[in-house]
Amino acid sequence: MKINGESKYKSLLRFTTAGSVDDGKSTLIGRLLYDSKSIFEDQMDHIVESSKRLGKKDIDLSLLTDGLRAEREQGITIDVAYRYFSTPTRKFIIADTPGHIQYTRNMVTGASTADLAVILIDARKGVLEQTMRHSYIATLLDIRHLVFCINKMDMTGYSEDCFLNIKKTLAGLVKKLNIEDAHYIPISAKYGDNVVEPSTNMPWYTGNTFLHLIETIEIKKNKNSSDARFPVQTIIRPDSKEFHDYRGYSGRVAGGAFHIGDEVTVLPSFLKSKIKSIDSLEKQFKSATAGDSVSLTLEDQIDIGRGDMIVKPGELPQSGNDITLTTCWFNEKPLKSGGRYIVRNYTNETSCVIKSVNYKMNINNLEKVTDDLSINMNDIANISILTAKRLFFDSYRKNNITGSLIFIEEGTNETVAVGMIE
Amino acid sequence: MIINDEHIKELEDEAIYVMREVAAQFEKKVILFSGGKDSIVLVHLAKKAFWPAKMPFSLMHIDTGHNFEETLKFRDDLAAELGVELIVRLVQDSIDQGKVIEETGINAIRNKAQSVTLLDAIEELKIDVAVGGGRRDEEKARAKERFFSHRNEFGQWDPKNQRPELWNIFNGHKNFGEHFRVFPISNWTELDVWQYIMLEKIKLPELYYTHRRKIFQRNGVYLAWAPFMLLKPSEKVFETDVRCRTIGDITCTGVTLSKADSLEEIVTEIAATRVTERGGRYDDKRSEAAMEDRKKEGYF
Repeated sequence: MKINGESKYKSLLRFTTAGSVDDGKSTLIGRLLYDSKSIFEDQMDHIVESSKRLGKKDIDLSLLTDGLRAEREQGITIDVAYRYFSTPTRKFIIADTPGHIQYTRNMVTGASTADLAVILIDARKGVLEQTMRHSYIATLLDIRHLVFCINKMDMTGYSEDCFLNIKKTLAGLVKKLNIEDAHYIPISAKYGDNVVEPSTNMPWYTGNTFLHLIETIEIKKNKNSSDARFPVQTIIRPDSKEFHDYRGYSGRVAGGAFHIGDEVTVLPSFLKSKIKSIDSLEKQFKSATAGDSVSLTLEDQIDIGRGDMIVKPGELPQSGNDITLTTCWFNEKPLKSGGRYIVRNYTNETSCVIKSVNYKMNINNLEKVTDDLSINMNDIANISILTAKRLFFDSYRKNNITGSLIFIEEGTNETVAVGMIE
Repeated sequence: MIINDEHIKELEDEAIYVMREVAAQFEKKVILFSGGKDSIVLVHLAKKAFWPAKMPFSLMHIDTGHNFEETLKFRDDLAAELGVELIVRLVQDSIDQGKVIEETGINAIRNKAQSVTLLDAIEELKIDVAVGGGRRDEEKARAKERFFSHRNEFGQWDPKNQRPELWNIFNGHKNFGEHFRVFPISNWTELDVWQYIMLEKIKLPELYYTHRRKIFQRNGVYLAWAPFMLLKPSEKVFETDVRCRTIGDITCTGVTLSKADSLEEIVTEIAATRVTERGGRYDDKRSEAAMEDRKKEGYF
């Protein structure tokens, strides 16, 4: 696209932030938005006014992200808030999530769509149990880039030793969790050191500022495997003369690529056909790749419905009724062992029974717990389920879309838990 | 001037995916249509999501009666062109039936009243999903909103007890009498919307482009003047070149002084602006949690 002679393509980076109540997470985001000139005048007026009303001495940038009345009153973040900003090189979506233990589920939520996780650490306190928890959750959700921001450096007198000590401990954690890409930055969110501008208080640090890092870091967009996956959402059957025989399968490509003429297998029927066309509004494509929302038409009239998956013959997913997965429990009501839930894997739904709880994870020391297998809100556990209908899926590490599922409680219809298939 | 194609395409793919999830999971479906650019973009996305079939939605307008004339014609023409049902419900009817008491005085607006009319229509027509053009960048209560937002049988939103929403799995299960509000363009910003309109060449009401209009200033915001509006003695009506940045109820929609008469000029203007689009929305300035409170009661 070219306008006024200048052309540029921006990519999108989704990241999540984790840190406990006082680590200064909201302040960091506020600072990022403020220094990158993404806070508008009327929002700023609002923050100045609210800061005054709450009797604060300085302007409190965290007020920008704490949206709900209760959050502002109690000075905490109780739910995932999404923020948007862009720089000339990239567009960012931030999932700002609360860090206290009772909100592990919110962190899991924020992490589920993120490419990168930012973990805040209070320089005075160093690496705590929660740092372990946050890093573990990020890797559990398959986030491959972690940025550790060692915050409140101003309160340590900008001490290099302090930073290096924390970095050393973190490096051990990174190794233990098998994290591929980790970064460490000493910052002061309150005063802006190394957030957008390099800090003059820490001349000993010569690495990237936080903003520069997230602007330039290379993210593997399609980390999902190259096996072609097309979960069917709805069937498109026009009620018009012109398209009398049209039968399209709408969906979003969840992995790999599809081309016109490709031979495909439809699951669960295992019927074979060829791709006849790949359509969008009055447009036809030669191919569609992961992420594209399109409609496919096939050469043969076969019975296909919502929840079916179109794949390629040589790249079949796993299948079965007996599935082992890692779950994060979201609901106040504990897991009912032997209980029935609705389970939803991409667009496919069926019921399931919890067959067994294999172990619970102590996310503060990463040890498996087998003596207490009661699963309550915010617990992470390895479980096995038995589904009423045979499912077709991949492991979560291989494909985040076909490898993830949610549990819905019959009656209340609440999403009570989520799962990542092993 | 920057056009970020790659990013816009990803947002479009996401919104179309959401539209199709709505089609698959609900029965009686409406798109909340105000005649504003966000709802026009929604209609375009719905067209794209279901082509060559007709979109499985009706358009529903909750009409405060305080409209810019041009938007009503635009609304009627669009529904006719698409061949979809247009449902119009009047806030005035709810007022006449005594279901809401209209605010009075200079600062009176019909925003709160709109929720009553909307919830009545949802109940009467057994609507189980209303798709809206709300975006998380618009306002801080909206920043916490889900794509699929559950409403109880009273149509209320409980921000502290929202359903978790992970990956792209949307749980639309509900009990009888409950409904959902769905926001396919949650992740779009104002600039994204304008860039998309430009890339897709989507037709908009002329109000979005520069035109001569009688306006006046109130609390730092320029408002369009209409004959039924009450003015304070200090407020003077004058005529100048303006365009609308948002289009809603005329009594609380601010206008921008602008000479932009093409989409390219508008995108450039929006990219450089230092005030949010709701900065001109008088309805949000009423209290710290104005939007949160309205949403809990059933507002969009």
